[in-house]
Amino acid sequence: MSDINNLSRRQFLKQTGIVSGGLVLGASMPGWAPAWAATGSANALNLFVSIRTDNTVEIICHRSEMGQGIRTGLPQVLADELMADWSKIEVIQGLANEEYGSQNTDGSRSMRHFYSVMREMGASARAMLEQAAANNWGVASDQVEALDHQVVNKLNGQSLSFGQLARAASLLEAPKKQDLTFKSPADFKYIGKGLSSVDMSAFVTGNTTYGQDVQLPGMLYASIERAPVLGSKLVSVDDSECLKVKGVLKTIKMPDQTLPAVFKPLPGVAVIATNTWAAIQGRKKLKLDWDTGANKQHDSAAFHADMQKRIVSKGKVFRHAGDAYTAMESASERISAQYNVPYLVHAPMEPPAATAQFKDGMMEIWACTQTPQSTQNTVASILGLDKNKVKVHVTLLGGGFGRKSKPDFSVEAAYLAQQTGKPVKVCWTREDDIQNGYYHAISSQFFEAGMDESGKVTAWIQRTSFPSISWTFTSTTDEPSGGELGLGFGDVPVDVANLSCETHKATGHTRIGWLRSVCNIQHGFALGSFVDELASASKQDTQSMWLTLLGENKITNPNKQGYEYGNYGDPQETFPIDGERLKAVLNRVCKEANTAGPTVKNEAWGISVHRSFVSYCAVATKVRVENNKLTVLEMHLATDCGLAVNPDRVKSQMEGAMVFGLSLALMGEITYKEGAVVQSNYHDYPVLRMPQSPPMQVYILENDHPPGGVGEPGVPPVAASLTNAIYHACGKRIRDLPVNKVLTV
Amino acid sequence: MISFNLNNKPVTVDAEADMPLLWVIRDMLNMTGTKYGCGMALCGACTVHLDGQPIRACTMPVSAVANKNITTIEGLPADGSHPVQQAWAEHNVPQCGYCQSGQIMSAVALLEGNPNPTDADIDNHMQGNICRCGTYPRIKAAIKSAASAVKKWEPSHE
Repeated sequence: MSDINNLSRRQFLKQTGIVSGGLVLGASMPGWAPAWAATGSANALNLFVSIRTDNTVEIICHRSEMGQGIRTGLPQVLADELMADWSKIEVIQGLANEEYGSQNTDGSRSMRHFYSVMREMGASARAMLEQAAANNWGVASDQVEALDHQVVNKLNGQSLSFGQLARAASLLEAPKKQDLTFKSPADFKYIGKGLSSVDMSAFVTGNTTYGQDVQLPGMLYASIERAPVLGSKLVSVDDSECLKVKGVLKTIKMPDQTLPAVFKPLPGVAVIATNTWAAIQGRKKLKLDWDTGANKQHDSAAFHADMQKRIVSKGKVFRHAGDAYTAMESASERISAQYNVPYLVHAPMEPPAATAQFKDGMMEIWACTQTPQSTQNTVASILGLDKNKVKVHVTLLGGGFGRKSKPDFSVEAAYLAQQTGKPVKVCWTREDDIQNGYYHAISSQFFEAGMDESGKVTAWIQRTSFPSISWTFTSTTDEPSGGELGLGFGDVPVDVANLSCETHKATGHTRIGWLRSVCNIQHGFALGSFVDELASASKQDTQSMWLTLLGENKITNPNKQGYEYGNYGDPQETFPIDGERLKAVLNRVCKEANTAGPTVKNEAWGISVHRSFVSYCAVATKVRVENNKLTVLEMHLATDCGLAVNPDRVKSQMEGAMVFGLSLALMGEITYKEGAVVQSNYHDYPVLRMPQSPPMQVYILENDHPPGGVGEPGVPPVAASLTNAIYHACGKRIRDLPVNKVLTV
Repeated sequence: MISFNLNNKPVTVDAEADMPLLWVIRDMLNMTGTKYGCGMALCGACTVHLDGQPIRACTMPVSAVANKNITTIEGLPADGSHPVQQAWAEHNVPQCGYCQSGQIMSAVALLEGNPNPTDADIDNHMQGNICRCGTYPRIKAAIKSAASAVKKWEPSHE
């Protein structure tokens, strides 16, 4: 859905960092953003390729790199269609600019939404270079062809390089979309190949710039002591001891915060120093008095207990088929279970960091952000600046997982730069990251199934409850949003005649945010566990139970049962809920791992399957449980993510998803006492380490479907595959995460 | 004033004695390849070598390294020719890359002392280095393929 434009002579290029002089193409495309964070403007110029007269091809990457490999993946699509030489590609990181459309790097959608437009841009540029060559030689355009970074005259074998043709091509009109020709997949040179990261040499030599690494001349360092409880007001500050620390220059009170929290910085006191260490030391000497307000009452254990009590009763129905309650009454066997997941936090290896400089009315920011435009807009609005006076550079991200979609830390840096008149870097400590984050919501799920005498499931009731991400943006929302229910719950693909999907209320007491795969975490855990429980109750293996529940190969359309399903922002015609694809990944992983094969005492397999971000993933996990000690022996994951542009990166993302999923299932738990987070660093918020990481295999199903999500869909089936395996190994059914409450991990 | 050798070059800094080496390297000497991750020696992102042994720079007071030799990721070949760097590239180990300076420095130290590590040796040596992206399977594979090459490797002298 894009239009390609020739921009070579446009003033506009000044903003992109591209060195002009050759052919530059831009594409426009309608944007899409989650309802709560819509910043993209539709039909704006969006992506760029520039062919320089020195033969270099510059490609703008307008998405943030956080390990998913997008700085390599998008350019490799364009380079392939352009017939360019990969060694002559330079990737330029795009600044925040609404002209690009949405830059929100979230929702596993960079490749899904930009694959086609990258191909169109490559094909357009190739056609223009070919036309320029044909004009040069005075031959018809079908007598020339692009090949390996040059255009060849088929009549006599003469050739001109892309660089030699760039200027002449820039004077031509861009071809119309309907006139473009595309490579046949059989001729792909880079698409479908595991190209190494464009940043590899920087990674292995330490020559990288993340948010924490930015340095500006005359820069000051800030560390901020923030409110421990959301909604707190700072009553008094005693900084006398703080100011005695060598290297500490001054303290600055951060602005008071009103709720809703949105992306506003938390209230607190910033310690400004000549180095990070001095700022951190100074912070420890601050004496702050807080009025902690209503959220001081928040105790996560009590809150969860109340939620678990309510979830067993009927909730608000938002999707239904038949009459689940009547069918349940007449079932010959009823099975129910409740699943609970605690608060979680992202804990990326790089805590949030931003650097800002305010000079001549211009605010310039360097940050490890997933959302540069939201950074630009939020900074402008909170500091009262014109948006055009806020420039945002995106550094590499040392992990994101959703935390760096929130620009609060950039606002802090911008505020302090404005206050001091000097460049200021704000580095979050690990404690800040764990205690002042945006949390994956605490949740409870209840599932009940009724079976007839033959064991067929005739009734299905499922309920979920968790504080909504929307609460962060309203502070009044008290139930899951429609969008959140579409994350592995309202889109449940079971083929049961009598179905009721319901919600229970829950309100927020801390900043709730999206974390890798979002609500699919709890929903995938609950569904994957419940199917395993049904299998055990009906004395069949879990794979067969899944196949029975999915029924005949079919497309599930929740909209026909009263629920307006968002489908991750994409049309169901293109990306349906396809039962056949769910079965295919499940069958593949069971076969590859040989989950039906013999196992020794205390060892067993567990499996689960889940569709999210329009991709399908199934996981098989083998464990041993002996003397209450759990060992994860091996993990296998099969994925159908449509076309895998870079299969090696898909594989590494799936390996990472297994580690991430295992980490949260085994040991992830944030708790609150008196409104404040109890945990503070990796000793009490542990994440998976190498000895706990089992051997892993990934299988990518090959097909002709368009690219689906990759970064997140591997996570949801992991927890259930693990706890199912534990059940089959030792008979312990774990319904409350994390596992380390019950077993030594 | 505290002096030490950083990547074979003498440096002198005017730092508080208790300032961790990490912040001296990053904020005073402007070398940012060594990363901050936890400040409590829990994650290994700040791993550097002190006289060839891996240490966590985030908890090492700079006074403790006076007159000693410190090697950071920048002390490995800038062209990425060290066998561990090469194995990292060959196995496409990094995802976000942030922890990889520390992972590489730990791996180099492991292989310098133990050219043929078993899986258990690798687990044991590398368990102090967290990777939140989950590159563990590839780190393990890369260490194994670098193992024999490290012993033979000699830095090139210009």
